[in-house]
Amino acid sequence: MFKIHYFASVREKLGSSEESLDASENIKTVADLTAVLAARGGSWALLEEDGEVLVAVDQAVAGRDHELNGHEEIAFFPPMTGG
Amino acid sequence: MATMIRVDVQQQDFDLAAEYAQVRDKADNPGAVAIFSGLVRELHDDVATGQSLTLEHYPGMTEKALESIAERAADRWPLSVCRIIHRVGTLLPGEQIVLVVTVSAHRDAAFDAARFIMDYLKTSAPFWKKQVTGEQDYWVQSRASDHDAVARWQKQP
Repeated sequence: MFKIHYFASVREKLGSSEESLDASENIKTVADLTAVLAARGGSWALLEEDGEVLVAVDQAVAGRDHELNGHEEIAFFPPMTGG
Repeated sequence: MATMIRVDVQQQDFDLAAEYAQVRDKADNPGAVAIFSGLVRELHDDVATGQSLTLEHYPGMTEKALESIAERAADRWPLSVCRIIHRVGTLLPGEQIVLVVTVSAHRDAAFDAARFIMDYLKTSAPFWKKQVTGEQDYWVQSRASDHDAVARWQKQP
């Protein structure tokens, strides 16, 4: 089971702040997980825009090729703007 | 040298004088204290009332990211104290938003480490600013110049 969080503009565009998603054999990387979410259509496709949307795996920024075991906490968000 | 690292993400304001007093008290033989404080700016041509900034963050990851930035600064410069406070929630123009305090024996290390921490904080700590204008609210965009600032540190040995 993946625990997924969405933040800031990504959260607003999707109308969702968090969800749980069952792990599956087809989801081996961040890119695989993103493809499953993007297949929902509409705004969900924005998750595949690398650079516009960043990904964290277990609270550390990760690349799209990062491998997953099905038990991670995943987050999608826009580039950071603190300070 | 062991660096005393303390990081807080909080809604409430912070007291510069109290933070300064604390590092003077706790640091071992401090010679230089650099303090950077960031404030919420007013939008220039929009002085309408009701202006504010809302800061969202990723609880858990935010603290880890700030600690990691502080540790990298401590690896690079001989710091006795490294203190970071970042506020979240709704802030009004003029309010304090971020504090970085670095303490070292000499000024170069304190100045450089504080700047390094701010440069990395802007691009790698999960905070997002939303500008509330009273009319159209919008998410603040990340700036290329902030990424350039980080790249400069990566080039230096």
